[in-house]
Amino acid sequence: MSDVAVIGLELAVVLTGLGVLLADLWLAPAPRPRLALVTAAALGLILLASFWVPAEPARTAFGGMFVLDGLALFFKRFFLLAALLVTVLAREFAAGFEAGHVEYHALTCFALAGMMFAASAQHFALLFVAVELVTVTFYVLVSFQRRRRTALEAGAKYLILGALASAFLVYGVALVYAATGALDFAGVARSLAASAGNRLLVTGLLLVGVGLGFKIAAAPFHIWVPDVYQGAAFPTTAFLAVGSKAAGLVLLLRVLFEAAPELTARSGHLLPVLAGLTMGYGVLGAIPQQSLRRLMGYSSIANAGFLLVGLAARNVAGVEAVLFYLAGYLFAVLLVFLVATLVWGGAEGDDIAALGGLGQRAPALAAGLTLGAASLAGVPPLAGFWGKFLLLKAALQAGAEDPALYTLAAVTIVAAVVAIYYYFGLVRAAYWGEATGEARATTLTPLARAGLAACAVGVVGLGLWPAPVLAWARAAAAGLGF
Amino acid sequence: MANLTFIVFCPLVAAALIALLPRTFNVLFRLLALVATFLSLVGAVRVFLALDPGATGLQFEQQVPWIPALGMSYHVGVDGLNAGLLLMGTLVAFAAVCVSREITERQQLYYLLLLLMAGGLLGAFVAFDLFLFYVFHELALVPTFLLIGLWGRGEQRNFATFQITLYLSLGALIALAGLIALYVQAGAGTFNLPELTRQLAAQPLPAAAQTLIFGLLLFGFGILVSLWPFHTWAPTGYAAAPTAAAMLHAGVLKKFGLYGLIRVALPLLPAGAQSWMHLLAWLCLGNILYGGLVAMRQRDLNLLIGNSSVAHMGFAFLGIASLSVVGVTGAVVVMIAHGLLAALSFAVSGYLRQHLGTVNLDQLGGLLRAMPFLGGVMVMAMFAGCGLPGFANFPGEALTLFGAWNAHRTVVILAAWGALVIAAVYMLRAVRALWHGPLPERWREARDARGAWVRLPFVLLLGALVVFGCAPRLLTDPLRPVVARLVPAAVEPGATPVQAGPPAPGRAVETAVFTVRREVAR
Repeated sequence: MSDVAVIGLELAVVLTGLGVLLADLWLAPAPRPRLALVTAAALGLILLASFWVPAEPARTAFGGMFVLDGLALFFKRFFLLAALLVTVLAREFAAGFEAGHVEYHALTCFALAGMMFAASAQHFALLFVAVELVTVTFYVLVSFQRRRRTALEAGAKYLILGALASAFLVYGVALVYAATGALDFAGVARSLAASAGNRLLVTGLLLVGVGLGFKIAAAPFHIWVPDVYQGAAFPTTAFLAVGSKAAGLVLLLRVLFEAAPELTARSGHLLPVLAGLTMGYGVLGAIPQQSLRRLMGYSSIANAGFLLVGLAARNVAGVEAVLFYLAGYLFAVLLVFLVATLVWGGAEGDDIAALGGLGQRAPALAAGLTLGAASLAGVPPLAGFWGKFLLLKAALQAGAEDPALYTLAAVTIVAAVVAIYYYFGLVRAAYWGEATGEARATTLTPLARAGLAACAVGVVGLGLWPAPVLAWARAAAAGLGF
Repeated sequence: MANLTFIVFCPLVAAALIALLPRTFNVLFRLLALVATFLSLVGAVRVFLALDPGATGLQFEQQVPWIPALGMSYHVGVDGLNAGLLLMGTLVAFAAVCVSREITERQQLYYLLLLLMAGGLLGAFVAFDLFLFYVFHELALVPTFLLIGLWGRGEQRNFATFQITLYLSLGALIALAGLIALYVQAGAGTFNLPELTRQLAAQPLPAAAQTLIFGLLLFGFGILVSLWPFHTWAPTGYAAAPTAAAMLHAGVLKKFGLYGLIRVALPLLPAGAQSWMHLLAWLCLGNILYGGLVAMRQRDLNLLIGNSSVAHMGFAFLGIASLSVVGVTGAVVVMIAHGLLAALSFAVSGYLRQHLGTVNLDQLGGLLRAMPFLGGVMVMAMFAGCGLPGFANFPGEALTLFGAWNAHRTVVILAAWGALVIAAVYMLRAVRALWHGPLPERWREARDARGAWVRLPFVLLLGALVVFGCAPRLLTDPLRPVVARLVPAAVEPGATPVQAGPPAPGRAVETAVFTVRREVAR
């Protein structure tokens, strides 16, 4: 019974998904669109309820497979908020889907449940199941606009490359089990400490890293990102960019610092090099992009690189920075995608040039886009700036032990400047781009206004009063045992 | 009103109000902006007058914790170093709003951005928390981008917008890396400047770390101040910017980097300063000579002013490179003088562009007959730019040259040539091309600045230049004790501090201001 209580939040999410799915069968067609609001409200309630869940002391369930600690709770709230905003986004996008609106919300809930389980994983089996739950759900979500050829292309690419990554992941898990006979993180960590340099085990863990690198879109496992982002519907792309990436990241944190701390400690330049490569590839790839989703795809790769800087620092400040960075990233990315949904809707293309004249015809959207882009670019006093600041601080702190981090800090600065170029390109397009004839009139629904306001408040609020979230991030990071 | 938070937040609150108003209240936007910047100006004048010139500590100090976990707080204050800069900043901000009459499109967004920029730069000059200092400066980044992009001019507008934004971001991020490194290395867990100063005075950083961090700060801040060879963003950016943005940026915001070097880098990293100063002295020669020579070739008035502003920054750098009390004092005077001068020059140039449609020197001429007031203002500004006594630039440039003599003799000789000859050549050529000679037929109807409101910004800026030029002690007296504390390694053995001897007419003004100060102190 107590095990069930520990996974209460996940159960509530799954039940919401099932409930919405069943309600769809019983309700008449007319009130069905309101199920989006029901889903959002339910997720909001679960999010609120999560604040009554104590983070201390950490509780485990299912024989130590599942843990409910500060880090898990931080990410669960993050995922709940993301899914809530994505549901709002999907409601605004509804015209773009031919059918199956309610299934979309239910699938969002199932993916969310996968992410929330991932946040608590203490066992390679749970890790794999959670990843698969997220990934398989996304196979459907990515090609949800089934008449759009780019969506189908994206779905096929995501399926094939996702399956490949899953293969790496499960192969890695098998090798780890073969080498240690254990699948729980603590057991693997013990074996690793006892038999340092066991090649089978190291290979297994590296393969697990490959599988997770695919999830967070780190180079060189990022090939799928631009095409899939471009093909998927706006809400799906947003959820991929925020939720799926963060799920990969929390698993990476758990594996790096809980399952394989000893290996992480002697990983040398592996993480800094990966971080630098990912940032470099992302920012350079983003420069020439014409399509917003493709641009956000490359920017997502670049952001994976920035996040990896925090991991490469291998100190508590780095993890704290990663958590705060993600919080700011969530609001900024969803703000940009919300604006994009309201501008393009379910249209086939999403040319950045079509933003032209937005500053005149919809000042609120242009202002929202500016805030989101500026936060992603890391301009103070917005949330994104604090993320970059904390990452730089962590890297410079770690540089005292490993001078490679100084180089990485330099690369980060250059990448951040390049990122400013393409994010500000969005702002330019919105304010002084040529207005194109096809511009749709935009009237904002109350829900859209609320969503825009929530994200804008998040971006500005986290920038001006970062202290509370910073304190949460610090408490969550401290649980990783540095 | 002599409250720093009031001065800084007046423009910011007005910006928020403007954002909330309906789109059609065009008159109100301008009025709000004028009132807000005027109140800031009044506040800054009162702070300047009430300043105790002998004190070395912070005055009008306010501190509120912001992010205790990282040792950051909202901490503002003034001393002799930034009081003058604050006054100059508010004056330029008010003048910039005054000349914004030329903007007729999307006034709501325009004044909103302009006020954000003004609030940011005023905040940067009074912040005593390294982090707050940085955040306030960066507050101006997005407004600058949008102001140039939306209301900018010329074919190169788009390029200039991105060039200035990327250059400034790069500089700011390098400086940020330096500040973070300072924070991490000091290990005091605070960004509070006075606390950091105490900590580092007790336990200075190792010389190698100092050299590295000072290098980061020097080039980070240097890019922000258009240190040669990282200066190319300045002339193109200012030529493309709308008048008010150019005034605020060239006049005030650009001084942030110099201020950061004097306020943060010199006192906290004295050994680092020693190891970089030789290089800086030669680089600043690049500013003075190269910037001046490029300015000589310009046929566009805005580009000429932009390049001359690059050249003037060289003197401020030279003053810093001298590492002497006299030189650094001179650098601060140059900062203030150049702020006023750059704002004045861009204001005149903006007026010409608005009313004549061009500022190409080849197409203009003889305008003194059509525009006697504006011509008079511009000629005086040009004289100030050549470093003529009687304007604030003269004491500043003279002090930097005096101060640097012991440390960098060759550079001083070459810089003095640059100051006297090159500046005179391009300034006088510009005066001839613009104001003298036959008046072309098409400009016969050109309108001079008429009416008190139109003339007010020009009169204010020029007046401040003359007052500080005739009575430089208004600036140097409060500066001396502060600079002596900030530049600890400064006083070379045997060197006697040069007394900045003011020309006679200044005496009366000085006496008056000191009387006021005494009264206020009472």
